[in-house]
Amino acid sequence: MTTTATGTSGPAGTTGTAVGFDPRTAIGALELRNPVLTASGCAAAGRELGRLYDVAALGAVVTKSILRDARSGRPTPRMAETPSGMLNSIGLQGPGIDAFLAHDLPWLRDHGATAVVSIAGTDAAEFAELAGRLVDEPGVGAVEVNISCPNVANRGLVFACDAGSSAEVVSGVVDVVGGRVPVLAKLSPDVTDIVAIARACLDHGADGLAMVNTTLGMVVDTDTMRPVLAGVTGGLSGPAIRPIAVRCVWQVHAAMRRGDLRTAPGVGIGGILTGLDALQFVLAGASAVQVGTSTFHDPSAPLRVGTELAQALADRGFASVADAVGPAHTVLAREGAR
Amino acid sequence: MSAATGGPAAGTPAAETLGARDRRPDPVQLRCAVLANEPAGAYRRLVLDAGEAARRALPGQFAALAVGEPPTAMLLRRAVSIHATTPGDRRFDGADTLEIVVAPHGPGTEWVTRRRAGDVLDVVAPLGRPFPAPEVGAPTVLVGGGYGSAPLVWLARDLRDAGHRVDVVLGAASRDKLFGLEEAAAVVGPDLVHVTTDDGSAGLRGRVTDALASLARDGVVVYACGPMAMLRAVHEVATAAGGTSWLAVEESMACGIGVCMTCVLPVRGEDGVTRMTRSCVEGPTFDGDRVRWDAISIGPGGATSAVPADCLGAPVASGKGH
Repeated sequence: MTTTATGTSGPAGTTGTAVGFDPRTAIGALELRNPVLTASGCAAAGRELGRLYDVAALGAVVTKSILRDARSGRPTPRMAETPSGMLNSIGLQGPGIDAFLAHDLPWLRDHGATAVVSIAGTDAAEFAELAGRLVDEPGVGAVEVNISCPNVANRGLVFACDAGSSAEVVSGVVDVVGGRVPVLAKLSPDVTDIVAIARACLDHGADGLAMVNTTLGMVVDTDTMRPVLAGVTGGLSGPAIRPIAVRCVWQVHAAMRRGDLRTAPGVGIGGILTGLDALQFVLAGASAVQVGTSTFHDPSAPLRVGTELAQALADRGFASVADAVGPAHTVLAREGAR
Repeated sequence: MSAATGGPAAGTPAAETLGARDRRPDPVQLRCAVLANEPAGAYRRLVLDAGEAARRALPGQFAALAVGEPPTAMLLRRAVSIHATTPGDRRFDGADTLEIVVAPHGPGTEWVTRRRAGDVLDVVAPLGRPFPAPEVGAPTVLVGGGYGSAPLVWLARDLRDAGHRVDVVLGAASRDKLFGLEEAAAVVGPDLVHVTTDDGSAGLRGRVTDALASLARDGVVVYACGPMAMLRAVHEVATAAGGTSWLAVEESMACGIGVCMTCVLPVRGEDGVTRMTRSCVEGPTFDGDRVRWDAISIGPGGATSAVPADCLGAPVASGKGH
């Protein structure tokens, strides 16, 4: 059942109908109609998916990262298919926040979508400025702070690889937002200790953690004997990185259960193609999930995974998503006690 | 840009299928049964039971296919141009059929060419902007390289029905790699089909542009599909003759629906501003005059695009740039 890609005709995917199961979840103060969101950079700003189905049925649309100014992105080739995944080297192409506010956010609002707006910048001030432009706009449900994009010319600008840089960006955003919408920090798996980065973000006021962004990778073309991507390196995504992402969610949630980290909701991201993939993240400690690269494979995936996850949770006797967050840890603790 | 609301160009018989530039029907995602899979020279021609996708598609649009048995390790969709659509196809009990022509380039397209009647493909279609209609009465030349000619017979029929002169130029490395010869001859007549091969195994030994050069004249509208090197050469010949060119590019795409931003190339917009432009939603058909050829390099691995310095949002080339 879970591998059925689409229906037999018409737009695929419907909202969850698992009997007796409440699909609602929350990320801090942001209440979601179901726990499956799109992932940043994999759904643009919703409009393209809106040609295939009703984006209001999604948990939320997480936008491609918005920057202050228009950005062209990188030269091509920008993409390489890899086993169960892909590399991308887009370079945060986008029209800038003015165009986003003028065209994209109104579209999301008019179509009843819950919008989580991803923001990115070259320094903490740009992040804070973007958050300030967004926070009072109707239709912004939360801000996701993309401190972990690997496609920046200077790898030193991957804020999420350094606790101090992460703290600086997050605290600047949190100050501006002032609690009016939840602030999520999106973490990178390319760190020695993800709990340390999570701590820096939570200690400086993040309301939740999105885990994880792509991991840095590379492919060499054996005919041309050159890197395939014009940008040389790129972000690896898709089912190939799912075990890494589940591990990150696990480690952060385990630290929360130990009392080493303030308890906060986690959003699992990494190669989710089916409801059972999503369930792994929930059992490891995520309160919601994002479907990213799978959307390229199956545009209906964010909807379909929602239906499948609801069924999978109901089948296991859970009445809500909240009931299912983290039992993988409980089982381990019980066995460890024996 | 308002999506999918532009109406067809009124007043010409071609308005039924050949639309204004903004005519772009919404795509659908469907599981399509394969009705037939037959050889076509070096390629395979697949007929799909495609319902609404077949009813909506226009010449120049494409389909994005999922490849591999689920769960597949090949995540990215393969974009293939639509060769033909036949609503109520009598050959297949009145099914609404959509035909594609596939060349086995790698494991994904090879998998597609091995599908048998009764197998099911996950298809998103129709995608992209169709070819726009030419000025009323303008002479047209359709140029296809290899299986790039797949959408041209359909286009030729619509142009002919709208009263245009239609010449078709088909070129390939060798005879077996030509596609659509008989079909094109049936539509426009054998005298107006011009064949070139690199090795001289069929038609004129040479390139499509050799044939095009003798056909292109002032006011000609050239439609072309094929590799980027061919498209650039076609554009140059059409422009030199005082004509215009509409080129369907073959950029590699991850999604085909406009969300991944991988299939971009530098194109000048109506406002004169160059942007890294998605070929899946703004193309695959582009006005050759708008493509920034100065930023496109054609090498052994295919075409690549640099970001022109005057592109919207191009990196600032200062010492502190990022």
